[in-house]
Amino acid sequence: MKVKVLYFARLRESIGRDREELELPSGVANVAALREWLVARGEPWASAFGEIRRIRAAVDQTMATDDAALREGSEVAFFPPVTGG
Amino acid sequence: MPVRVQREDFDAGAEIARLRASDPRIGAVASFIGVARDVNDGERVAAMTLEHYPGMTERALEDIVAQAKRRWDVIDILVIHRVGELKPLDQIVLVAVTGAHRGEAFAACEFVMDYLKTEAPFWKKETTPDGTRWVEARESDDAARERWSAGNTRR
Repeated sequence: MKVKVLYFARLRESIGRDREELELPSGVANVAALREWLVARGEPWASAFGEIRRIRAAVDQTMATDDAALREGSEVAFFPPVTGG
Repeated sequence: MPVRVQREDFDAGAEIARLRASDPRIGAVASFIGVARDVNDGERVAAMTLEHYPGMTERALEDIVAQAKRRWDVIDILVIHRVGELKPLDQIVLVAVTGAHRGEAFAACEFVMDYLKTEAPFWKKETTPDGTRWVEARESDDAARERWSAGNTRR
């Protein structure tokens, strides 16, 4: 399954890119599994995900919990807690 | 329900006048303006950059406005949030709520801000004398949002 992954703010800077297109192995089918798979790729993902508390995720531009399912073509974003206003 | 994310400054007076002129049922306008400060967490702040998630940010704000309209009997809600480079004294955000009476307008305005602070994808990066730093989310903002859980319509 192919997905688009976006990174924002400090996570974007730590990873050194704002997006990537990824072909996921079968079994990586929700937000938590994708995060674990990214961290298992090693650096820079491991450190970037490790240094920020409470990283949040969105799937197709809606806030998502760990168990949110991914589909072919999903847009998945990871980012630190928001600080607008 | 107008929601705008923009780099440019806004004229709160003109925005509120336009919102108010749209409907003769309006008897109250409650508004909030968030402004960039020159101190945060004990450090001087010379400037900040606001990043957002184009597309999702607008959807999140529209969803927050829709929730407020379901919860309170208000007439209209305007949200304008700036992104990009901002300096102390610059306006960051405007929330204006119109309604027949003040109680619902005040409550809805505060609800929109409390949800915006915790649910809308914006991130601030500050320039201080020691360099740049990402602003950390505050637990007090989560607590402010939680006050509205369980369908509370008053703080």
